[in-house]
Amino acid sequence: MSSWLTAARAVGVAVAARHAADVDRHARFPQEALAALKEQKLLGIMVPQSEGGGGASISDIVAICYALGQSCASTAMIYAMHQIQVSCVVRHGVRSAWHRAFLKRLVGEQLLLASATSEAGIGGDVRSSLCAVEEHAGRFSLAKEATVISYADDADALLVTARRTPQSTGSDQVIVVVPRDGYSLERQQPWDALGMRGTCSHGYRLAARGESAQVIAVPYADVQAYTMLPTSHLVWSALWLGIASDALAKARAFVRAEAKLKPKVTPTGSLRLTQASILMQAAKSTLAASLRQYETALTSEDKLATLAFAVAMNNLKVGTSQTAVRVVGEALQICGLAGYRNDSPFCVAQHLRDVHSATIMVNNDRILANTASLQPALREDPDFLA
Amino acid sequence: MQTRIRTLLSESEWLKVNAKTLTNDADLYAVGLTSHATIELMLALEEAFDIEFPDRLLRRGTFSSIGTIAEALAEIGVQQDAA
Ligand SMILES: Cc1cc2nc3c(=O)[nH]c(=O)nc-3n(C[C@H](O)[C@H](O)[C@H](O)COP(=O)(O)OP(=O)(O)OC[C@H]3O[C@@H](n4cnc5c(N)ncnc54)[C@H](O)[C@@H]3O)c2cc1C
Repeated sequence: MSSWLTAARAVGVAVAARHAADVDRHARFPQEALAALKEQKLLGIMVPQSEGGGGASISDIVAICYALGQSCASTAMIYAMHQIQVSCVVRHGVRSAWHRAFLKRLVGEQLLLASATSEAGIGGDVRSSLCAVEEHAGRFSLAKEATVISYADDADALLVTARRTPQSTGSDQVIVVVPRDGYSLERQQPWDALGMRGTCSHGYRLAARGESAQVIAVPYADVQAYTMLPTSHLVWSALWLGIASDALAKARAFVRAEAKLKPKVTPTGSLRLTQASILMQAAKSTLAASLRQYETALTSEDKLATLAFAVAMNNLKVGTSQTAVRVVGEALQICGLAGYRNDSPFCVAQHLRDVHSATIMVNNDRILANTASLQPALREDPDFLA
Repeated sequence: MQTRIRTLLSESEWLKVNAKTLTNDADLYAVGLTSHATIELMLALEEAFDIEFPDRLLRRGTFSSIGTIAEALAEIGVQQDAA
């Protein structure tokens, strides 16, 4: 186990889990957990060592997200979203002095990054923007109606997508790094949601400005396909399975208690618990395999760019989100009333509410429709295991 | 081969411009090729040249210009003078 994972687990158990219910009840930012993650210097671990970071791999981050997901879903999601942004700057900003300096600062000051991709009038299609970067004499400005920016009030920098120029088509996008002193936020729609309440995913009117050098030169299409999409689907899947695993742990404890109570009979919940653990095993295996697939693909842009890779990463997201929702549902069924009551140690109510974000956080139906349109071009894999 | 690809493109509605005006290295995505149209283009190429694209060639870069398409076809074994 990496020392980062050990530290993150400790934060999860000792801090995040302790405040999770309060964070949920008041839909507030999990400030204790994020302060502890910063104190443990866990925000900059993915930055390369050449820029002062820890050079952590995506596997390290995924393991941390799984651990945090078991303690506080909102904390895990915030950490995951932060690392998604970091991965984009690390991978696509390396050739730019501005971005390298920014990464150094991120490590030193433990900056928390948030994401402003979603936009009013677009729906959930992140590969299209209305707003545009307007450049003049080495400086830029942009204005965006951001429908959702999680934890924006507590973030230290934003990554914003926009059209490259006011003349560009909707899909000709770039992504811009904007530190806190370069943007203003006007809160529009407050975040009062079923779950993931601590992510504070309010809607904002965003105005940003800065140096042109803050724009990542690589087209957002590539940033998204090679880094943002696979990283998102890996870290999200990990934390959703973390939520499911914690719910299943409660179900397991419930079944064990039943078994102690009536030693000669197999508890009713055992069968369902077995079924649920089969689902979990498959989902965890898919996550581990997808992680390996990404790490292999990272060595060659050609592999990252294939349709087969994109589809695999999308299938991962759709599959694990469905499984996580189902497993938490099974946990509720196993624990019965004890799982349903908020005042019971077997309560899985918050798990259930949090995990339901998984299938709508980039709507599964949108992803499925997208993959469906690719089916005529997809092949079976006759060489599997060869 | 380039001529045949160009004709295929010009007879479709995938691009916002007439493919006859495009050079071999013009970016097709910049002139309106959508990801959905890319799939149709791929299927049309398979039909026209009686080939099948292997997985490793099924990526955005393969269909980004007439030139890259021609290279991919050559790699699969389509003869350069295939009309
Ligand atoms: C907890 C949480 C945190 C988030 N944080 C952020 C953040 O920090 N920054 C950010 O930018 N965004 C964030 N988002 C937003 C997220 O990235 C997606 O944009 C959002 O979940 C999609 O919402 P939607 O249902 O409005 O959009 P859509 O995907 O457009 O879905 C709306 C409806 O359209 C249907 N639909 C399916 N396919 C299509 C299609 N091809 N075309 C049209 N409609 C289709 C869907 O089935 C659905 O019923 C967050 C979301 C959640 C849940």
